[in-house]
Amino acid sequence: MNTMTETKTETKTETKNYELRLYVAGQTAKSLAAFANLKRICETHLAGQYRIEIIDLMKTPQLAAGDQILALPTLVRRLPEPIKKIIGDLSNEERVLVGLDVQPVKE
Amino acid sequence: MKNKLDLLATPGLSKSRTGITGLDEITGGGLPTGRPTLVCGSAGCGKTMLAVEFLVRGAVEFGEPGVFMMFEENAAELTANVRSLGFDLDKLVKQKKVLLDHVHIERSEIEETGEYDLEGLFIRLGHAIDSIGAKRVVLDTVEALFAGLPNHAILRAELRRLFRWLKDRGMTAIITGEKGDGNAITRYGLEEYVADCVVTLDHRVHEQISTRRLRVLKYRGSAHGTNEYPFLIGERGISVLPITSLRLDHAAPAERLSTGIARLDQMLGGQGVFRGSSVLVSGSPGTGKSSLGATFADAACRRGERALLFAYEESSAQIVRNMRSIGIDLAQWVKKGLLQIHASRPTLQGLEQHLVALHDTVQAFRPAVVVVDPISNLTLEHSETEVMPTLMRLIDFLKQQQITSLFTSLTTGGSGTRAPEDSQVGVSSLMDTWLLLRNVEFNGERNRLIYVLKSRGMAHSNQVREFVLSDAGIDLVDVYLGADRVLTGTARVAQAAHERSAAELRREDHERKLRQLASKRKVIEAQIAALNAEGEAEEAEVKFAIAQETLQEKTTQQNSADMAHLRGGSKASNGQPKGKR
Repeated sequence: MNTMTETKTETKTETKNYELRLYVAGQTAKSLAAFANLKRICETHLAGQYRIEIIDLMKTPQLAAGDQILALPTLVRRLPEPIKKIIGDLSNEERVLVGLDVQPVKE
Repeated sequence: MKNKLDLLATPGLSKSRTGITGLDEITGGGLPTGRPTLVCGSAGCGKTMLAVEFLVRGAVEFGEPGVFMMFEENAAELTANVRSLGFDLDKLVKQKKVLLDHVHIERSEIEETGEYDLEGLFIRLGHAIDSIGAKRVVLDTVEALFAGLPNHAILRAELRRLFRWLKDRGMTAIITGEKGDGNAITRYGLEEYVADCVVTLDHRVHEQISTRRLRVLKYRGSAHGTNEYPFLIGERGISVLPITSLRLDHAAPAERLSTGIARLDQMLGGQGVFRGSSVLVSGSPGTGKSSLGATFADAACRRGERALLFAYEESSAQIVRNMRSIGIDLAQWVKKGLLQIHASRPTLQGLEQHLVALHDTVQAFRPAVVVVDPISNLTLEHSETEVMPTLMRLIDFLKQQQITSLFTSLTTGGSGTRAPEDSQVGVSSLMDTWLLLRNVEFNGERNRLIYVLKSRGMAHSNQVREFVLSDAGIDLVDVYLGADRVLTGTARVAQAAHERSAAELRREDHERKLRQLASKRKVIEAQIAALNAEGEAEEAEVKFAIAQETLQEKTTQQNSADMAHLRGGSKASNGQPKGKR
């Protein structure tokens, strides 16, 4: 039901239809790097169309199974479907965009 | 505190029992506690089954909850698959004794960018362990990660860390791995990381009969059986067939058991066989092996003991009917619950499977006597080198339980070059007592002979007896030794009759002699009487003559005295006339 409304709005306004989840474990160098990279990429290419949820598995380990998380950090594209996962510190912008299936904004 | 001391006191490693029949014996008490064990083998050889049983038995029997982390099947599939083994994972999950976690990784969904580690897996596993207080962990099959994650360098480093981490957390773990090509133990070289204990499983087909085998390849810091052991996945989970063959230390009771045939007991040192010993009865077809086995079982039931009869040739109803013809009523024991007959076709399954079935039944029924009729059928498709160890295991197992066993065996030799006893030489060395039944053809008929070829620990008879089956059961009869052969059957009866008539003749002869003697004595006595009479007559005559003579003399004296008197002789007158004067 949710996706239905999302797809409808997609054609009109492409606002906030990227629902992203970043799984990390504590404030490690890798997780900080991943978050910083993600923030930068989203601001550049998906400005105003995304929502990022950070899940720290150190605090909520029970959430790891739900999204089949193994590697950390993992970025999960919950919406739009299908679910996509990108593992690593997201340092390669090009691949992140491929992974998220986002057309890069040419500057 | 006390437990801790106990643990320290046990020499070597502390071990966690798997509860899997046989595996604990091979490993000398189980898998290494707090360490990972690698179980590897090709597809479909039972790795997952072994892992599940390890976990379930740990949770149910040893109070050690476990986490099953699966990378291939999902929880529902696994639960369905192991239900056939009698494991109810749903229930255990509800009781929080087992936790199932399906780790699914789809390569197509994953994009890799930059540095990462598998901390997520650690967190999941750690959370799972903490939530049920697990002591055991199974990772099945962690190698699936190699297909899901492109960066093998990171994966390898992380796996190494994972196994280290499992050790640090004190988890007794089973890691399964697919067998690699060629000589590689696992496809991705997991043995490099899990080096404490490695168990390999194998599934082989030989002459259309499949056998699963298990081998403990390595067990750091512990002695273990190094052989390949056949194992089975049965209704009660996995059974490895070792089962006690690592040691030869069973007790040897001095108690003796009757075989049910008094004359046979007599041949066996007068008291029958030892309790807990093994008896082999071999013979050509129709020599009465089955009857002997049934008598043995019947005798046990008569003593009030339990007997178990495994039949591989006849159905149980057929056995009951046929034994009735020699006066053995097995039905009554079956009804009383003292006797169980298990009949099955030997070709139904492989030798190992039969032996495991035998094991399970023995353990469930706890009999005092086991009869297997015949073992030769079980061993048909197998070479002796294969059969020997398996039978040895069975016999050792029975001896350990102090169960007296009787095996019948069909001899195949006997025609020309080979003596019938030769065909059983391999198996016979496992047996304490070996009886041979043999058909002897002579005088236009076949008769059965029984020999005691060997019987350990007792003075057994070296005599050959005739084995007679009648409606009153089995009996042994002395054979007659003819001029140069033993006489049996009608020849024996004829000989007996002959001897009987000879004895009769002798007896009559004696009587005649006695009679003759008696009459002779009578004659002599008559003669004596006659002589006595003659003597008496002579005596009387002599006496008469003497009397006559005395009388004559007297008369003569009288006469001469008278004459002298008359003549007035001086001599005579000296006296008489004086007197008269």
